[in-house]
Amino acid sequence: MIPVLLIVVPLLAGLISFNLKDASAKGWTLFASLVTLGITLIAVALPEGSKQLAVNAEWLTALNSRFSLNVDGLAKILCLLTALSFPIIFIATWNEQYKKARNFFGLMMLSQAGLIGVFLASDALLFYFFWELALIPVYFLASQWGGEKKVQATFKFFVYTFLGSLMMLVAIIFISQHTRDHSFSIASFYGLKGMISAHDQTWLFWLMFVAFAVKMPVFPFHTWQPDTYEQSTPAVTMVLSGIMVKMGLYGIMRWLAPVLPIGTYLWGDAVSTLCIIGIIYASLIALRQDDLKRLVAYSSIAHVGLMCMAIFATTESGIQGVMIQLFNHGINILGLWIVVYLIEKQFHTRKISELGGLAAKAPGLTLLLLIVTLGNIALPLTNGFIGEFLMFNGIYTSQSTTYNVVFMVTAAISIILAAMYMLNMVQRVFYGPVNALTEKAVDIRLNEKMVLGFIAVLIILIGIYPEPLFHLTKDAVESVLAKMYVKP
Amino acid sequence: MNAIIISAVLGVIMMFSGIFLKKNSSIAALAILGIIILLAVTIMEMSGYHFFAVDTHGMLFFDAFGLLFNCVAFAGTLALFLLNAKDIAAIGNNPGEYFALIFFVLCGIAIASSFNTLLMLFIGIEIISIPLYILTGSDKRNLKSNEASLKYLLLGAFSTGLMLLGIAFLYGASEKGSFFIDELAIGKAAASPLLMAGLLLITTSLAFKVSAAPFHFWAPDVYDGAPTPVTSFMATVVKGGAFIAFIRLFGDAFVELKSQWQIFIAILAAATLLIGNITAVFQQSVKRMLAYSSVAHIGFMLFALLTLNTLAREGTILYIAAYSAATIGLFAILAKMKDHGFEGFNGMARQYPKLALAATIFLLSLAGIPLTGGFLAKYYMIASVMQTGHFLWLVILSLFCAAISIYYYFRVIQAMYFKEGQGQHLEVSAGFSGWLIVLAIIVILLGIFPQWLIDRLYIIYL
Repeated sequence: MIPVLLIVVPLLAGLISFNLKDASAKGWTLFASLVTLGITLIAVALPEGSKQLAVNAEWLTALNSRFSLNVDGLAKILCLLTALSFPIIFIATWNEQYKKARNFFGLMMLSQAGLIGVFLASDALLFYFFWELALIPVYFLASQWGGEKKVQATFKFFVYTFLGSLMMLVAIIFISQHTRDHSFSIASFYGLKGMISAHDQTWLFWLMFVAFAVKMPVFPFHTWQPDTYEQSTPAVTMVLSGIMVKMGLYGIMRWLAPVLPIGTYLWGDAVSTLCIIGIIYASLIALRQDDLKRLVAYSSIAHVGLMCMAIFATTESGIQGVMIQLFNHGINILGLWIVVYLIEKQFHTRKISELGGLAAKAPGLTLLLLIVTLGNIALPLTNGFIGEFLMFNGIYTSQSTTYNVVFMVTAAISIILAAMYMLNMVQRVFYGPVNALTEKAVDIRLNEKMVLGFIAVLIILIGIYPEPLFHLTKDAVESVLAKMYVKP
Repeated sequence: MNAIIISAVLGVIMMFSGIFLKKNSSIAALAILGIIILLAVTIMEMSGYHFFAVDTHGMLFFDAFGLLFNCVAFAGTLALFLLNAKDIAAIGNNPGEYFALIFFVLCGIAIASSFNTLLMLFIGIEIISIPLYILTGSDKRNLKSNEASLKYLLLGAFSTGLMLLGIAFLYGASEKGSFFIDELAIGKAAASPLLMAGLLLITTSLAFKVSAAPFHFWAPDVYDGAPTPVTSFMATVVKGGAFIAFIRLFGDAFVELKSQWQIFIAILAAATLLIGNITAVFQQSVKRMLAYSSVAHIGFMLFALLTLNTLAREGTILYIAAYSAATIGLFAILAKMKDHGFEGFNGMARQYPKLALAATIFLLSLAGIPLTGGFLAKYYMIASVMQTGHFLWLVILSLFCAAISIYYYFRVIQAMYFKEGQGQHLEVSAGFSGWLIVLAIIVILLGIFPQWLIDRLYIIYL
C-alpha cells in the first residue's frame, strides 16, 4: 500500500494544484511534499521485505506486464532523497514569483510522482513508463520557466533522453522475450542466468547504457546538460541535477549490471575510460568557468562520472560507496544550487569575476556555503568523504579490470581538481575586495538559512555518523553484487 | 453483415435528408444519430445478433478482427461527427450529400474488412475510393480542392488498374482457378513468377491506398487540398480500412510464402518511415505536417504486415485506434482555424487552455510517449518485429525516425505553450472543447488500459 501512496499522493497533489489559485498553489504543494516525506519516512523505517512495502497487481495482462512496486534499500535511499529534496527546494525558492504558479507547482509534483515511480518499479515496462513520466513534466517546466534560450536547450535535452529511452525500450523488449515466462518482472530479468548469449549482451548493453548515460550524463552524452542547467529556473535545475541525474545511476544498478552481467563485465573498461575522460574534461572546464551555474553543472558531471565508474568496479566497497554517494551528492549539489540561486537573486549576475568580498557582508551565507563546498570536495568529516573514499577503495581493489591503478590515480586527480575549482570559486566570490556590486549585499533570510542550515547539518552529521545509511543499503549492495559477474 | 447493409441504407437516407431538413444542424444531428446506430449494430453483431441473413456464398467472412476494426472505424467517424459535423455541413451547398458519401465509404470499409475473395476486396476498395474522389473536391469554389480531387482521381484510377491486373494474375496463378483468398497460394512451397507478379502488383496498389512510400506522393497534396474534415476522415478511418484489407489479404492468403515477400515489405516500411518523418520536418503548415506524419505512421503499421503474428494483429487494432483518435482530434482543431501554419498555434495555451491541453495529449500520443495510446501502439509494432528475431535494423531505424518525429510534433507544442502571440480567434463551442477533452481521455485510457480493447478480439459470439 505504501508504494502506491508514495506515487499517488504527489500525483493527485499535482493534479489538484492545476485547479487551484496561483497564490495558494505554493502552500498546497509544500504541504503535499511534506506529506510525501512523512510517508517516505514510514517506508524507510519499516523493515525490508515487510508486506506493506510491495504491491503487485494485474495490469497489462496481454503483455505480461504487472503493476508491481517494491521498496528495497536502494529504492529507500533514493525515495528519501527525492522526498527530502522537494520540500527543501520549495522552501529555498519560497520568495520566487512564477508566472502561472499553479501550473509550475503542479508540474513539479507530477515530476516527483514520476521520479518516485522510477525508483519503485519492479517491472521493466512499468519502469519505462515512469522513466518517461518523470521526463514530460520536467520538459514543460524547463521550457516554460527559465532563461532566454530555454526552449532550444530543453528541446535538445528532451531529444537526447527520448532517443536514449527508445533504445532502452528495444533492449527491454528483447530481454523480456528471452525470459522464461516472457514477462517484464524484475525476478524474471534477474533469473536469466546465461539465457542471453554473450554476443547479444554486448549490444544490448549499449542500448541500455546509452539511455542511462544520457541521464547521468557521461561523456560524450553530456552536451545537453550545461545548457539545460543554465537556462532552467533554479527550482527545476535542482530537480534535474539533484535527483534526475540519479535515475541513470539507479538504472545501471537495478536494470543493467545485474541483468546483463557479461555485457557489463566486457564493457566495464570502456565505460570507465569514458568516465575518466569525462571527469578530467569536466573538471578542467569547471576550472576555467566564470559562470557559477555552469561551474556547478560541470562539477556535477565530474562527480557522477566517478560514481558510474565505481559501479563498474564490481566491488562491495565501490557499490556501497555509490549508494551512499547517491544521497550525499544529491544533498550537496542541492546546497550548491541554492547558494548560486541566492547569489543570482541578489546581484542579478552569475559571473564570478563580477563578485567578491561577500564574506564580510553575508557571513551566514558564507559559512553555510563553506560547509557545502567542503562536502562537495569530500573533506574528511563531511558526507562526501565517506562515499568517495569507499568508491576509490572499490576502484582500487577491483578484480574486473586490469587497469585499476590507472583508473584510481586518474580519478584521484579529479579530487584535487575539484578542490581547486571549488575553493577558487569560494575565494573569488566570498573573499577579496568588496566591489560596487557587492557593497550593498545583505545576508540571507530566515527560510533560506533554515534549508541551508539543514543541509549543512546533514552534511556534517552523515560525515561523522554514516551508520544509518550503511544499514539502509547493506542488503541492496549485496543483492546487486551477487548478480554481477566477478572474475573468479 | 449488419454494418454493410445499414451503412448503405443510412447513406441513402442522408442523401435525401437535404430535401426534408432545411437546417444544417439538423442534418448534422441526423448523421450523428446514424453513425451511433451503425456503431451499435456492429457491436451487436459482435455480440451475436445478426439482423440479416444473406448468403454470400462465402465471399464475405466476418471475424472478430474485421468487426472490431469496423467498431474502431465507426467510433472514429462518430468522434469526427461530434467534433466537426457542422464544419462538414458547411463545406458547400449540399450538406446531406457529404454525410451520405461518408456513409458509403463506411460501407466500403465494412466490405474491405470482411472480404474473402479478391472480387470483394476490389469492390470494397472501390466503394471506399469513389465517394472520396467526390468528397475531396467537395469544396467546389476552392481551386486547391479541385486540384486535389483530380489528382486523386487520376492516380487512384491508375492504382485500381494495377490492382485489377494483379487480381487477374493471382487468379491465373491459383491452381483451382479461384478468387477465394485462402485458395490462392494453396499447396505452393514457392511462388511461381505469375503469382509473384500478381502479388507485387496488388502490393503496389494497396501501398498506394495506404500511402506508403514510394507511392505516397498524392497524399500530402490531396490531404492539403481537401476540406479539413474530409482530410481527417481520409487520414484515419479510410487509411485504416485500406490497411486492414492489406493485412487480411496477406494474413489469409500469403502467410506461408512469407519468406519471399517479407523483404519487400521491410523495405517499404523503411522507406515510408524515412521519407515520412524527414519530409515532415520541413513542412511549414501543420496540415501538411500531419499529412506526412500519417505517411510516417503507416511505416510503423507496416511492421504488422511484415510479421503477421498475434502481437501484430492486436497491435494493428490498437495502432489504428490510437492514431485515429489523436489525428481526428488535431484535425478537428485545424478545421476551426484559418491559418494552418505553425504560427497559427502561437499562444494558444493562453487563449484556449483546454484545446491546447487536448492537442498536447494528441501530439504526445503521436510521438509515442508512454501513458498515451500511441506509445503502446508503437510498442506492439516493435515487439512484434523483435519476436521474429529478424529485421533488427528496421527496429533501430524506426527508433531514429521516432526521435525525428519529436521535432515536428513538439514544434506545435512549443508554439502553443512557449511562444508569445495573439493567436487567431476560433469559434469553438463548449461542446467542442468537451468532446475534445473526452477524446484526449480516451487516448490516455488506451495507453493505460489497452486490455479492454484488445480483449474484444477474443470475446466473440458469432
